[in-house]
Amino acid sequence: MENTQNAAHLKRQMMLDALFRLLTRSFAFLVLALLLGILLSLLIGALPTIKHFGWGFLTSSDWDPVSEKFGALVPIFGTLVTSVIALLIGVPISFGIALFLTELCPPMLKRPLGIAVELLAGIPSIIYGMWGLFVFAPLFGEYVQPWVLENMGDLPLVGFLFQGAPMGIGMFTAGLILAIMVIPFISSVMRDVFEVVPPMLKESAYGLGGTTWEVVRHVVLPFTKTGVVGGIMLGLGRALGETMAVTFVIGNSSNFSTGLFDAGNSIASTLANEFAEANGELYLGSLIELGLILFFITFVVLACSKLLLLRLKKQEGRAS
Amino acid sequence: MTTNDIKLQVNNLNFYYGKFHALKNINLAIPTGKVTAFIGPSGCGKSTLLRTFNRMFELYPGMRAEGEILFDGNNLLARNVDVNMLRAKVGMVFQKPTPFPMSIYDNITFGVKLYENLNRAEMDDRVEWALRKAALWGEVKDKLKQSGNSLSGGQQQRLCIARAVATRPEVLLLDEPTSALDPISTGHIEELIHELKEDYTIAIVTHNMQQAARVSDYTAYMYLGELMEFGDTDSIFTAPKRKETEDYITGKFG
Repeated sequence: MENTQNAAHLKRQMMLDALFRLLTRSFAFLVLALLLGILLSLLIGALPTIKHFGWGFLTSSDWDPVSEKFGALVPIFGTLVTSVIALLIGVPISFGIALFLTELCPPMLKRPLGIAVELLAGIPSIIYGMWGLFVFAPLFGEYVQPWVLENMGDLPLVGFLFQGAPMGIGMFTAGLILAIMVIPFISSVMRDVFEVVPPMLKESAYGLGGTTWEVVRHVVLPFTKTGVVGGIMLGLGRALGETMAVTFVIGNSSNFSTGLFDAGNSIASTLANEFAEANGELYLGSLIELGLILFFITFVVLACSKLLLLRLKKQEGRAS
Repeated sequence: MTTNDIKLQVNNLNFYYGKFHALKNINLAIPTGKVTAFIGPSGCGKSTLLRTFNRMFELYPGMRAEGEILFDGNNLLARNVDVNMLRAKVGMVFQKPTPFPMSIYDNITFGVKLYENLNRAEMDDRVEWALRKAALWGEVKDKLKQSGNSLSGGQQQRLCIARAVATRPEVLLLDEPTSALDPISTGHIEELIHELKEDYTIAIVTHNMQQAARVSDYTAYMYLGELMEFGDTDSIFTAPKRKETEDYITGKFG
């Protein structure tokens, strides 16, 4: 009697286990299916444009809805340039914030500052955009840009970057706003990974007579490199795809220019601006192909960061 | 002992973690070129005392030392002492091996590079010298470019000793250096301590009384933040003056 009861119980348990395994597995495969589905629908949507323009779509700076000539160069350039500016400004500042919070900050300030950084991450992007357009851009155009244009516009090699009209808005402003937006992400990831460095490891380095900077540079950073690169990539991913804030301040111009103060366009802001009025197969297809390109750029960035980490690991010597 | 033979002279040292009084009026002289062991139950303040010798406690807020510790006659707790220079002269090894995330070679050169400007050949010599001092050269000479993490626990700890020795400090502080190691590795480290004391003044904190008896010339017994008894190791272990010391070393408590 008891035996049969036990056997029934066991059978029930095994069935439940199998069911549970099936369920979690299907959730995991759902991710793959979604990824493939999005990729496929983008491909199908972009097919007319791909057929019509071929590879030339990537290198052409035309964007003329009237005569249906489209090229992706301006938005691709704008996306990459604003993201690079955002990282160039955002990473050093985030590193400084994380370093101060973990190594140098008096304990009284630690919590309030940490919370402030996290609150910054919670501000909706449209507010950054509005602030950039209505507050930052006028001040920037009035006081900073004229000086930069006058003094740096003629520099050899880099002078071509500092061209454009002092309107306040443009690719540089978009990059700057993006920098402010990615700082909380990068700095809170960096702070978290700096905090998991074993105190004894840091003490060993201080014990040899290292200064805070030497300890951070040679022990904390190598120990946390995976997390640090991960944090930067998180920020870059956000900068590449950010739509609303960039749309507000980038100027939304489809003319190609290398001057950072000139108005430009990013992939995401082009999509946001133009979908509503996109009529005709080629116009819509071009927008969808832009989306596909953004997808691809993000993918490449992710792959590059993995490669970078592999190389860093090799430099450290063979792993254990 | 004449003053010349004393490396570290502790006078009326008091230490506080916030409001907690962790070291109570410690007076002690650590002789040059000898091994001094600190024993006592957990929480008695022996590690805390060790960490005042290189001012490691200053990394953490709320910790404060009062009194003086004379290092070759100069008070190392004085405000105008360059802490980094002090730490370069007072090396430290910890409870667990702490290899830096870099190659074995770079682990050794890290501290050297901070204070000396050596060319490639001199640096190679220094690395070999330090690794020989730590009895590790034979085991790692063919894999200096490998990560320090690829070594076994005992080897890692000897790497840490080599790293501490490489900067040619005058004092070596060992904070329970064998507590995470197996008996064979512990034996290696103890032999090493014997050899190193010819050149360095060594202070070792240990939970293991037999270890203190084996490796040290002088022993300090601490209890609840007070220095109960200090003297040469033989007399502490064979004829302790205080009842409390005798109780501890005979295993009645602790």
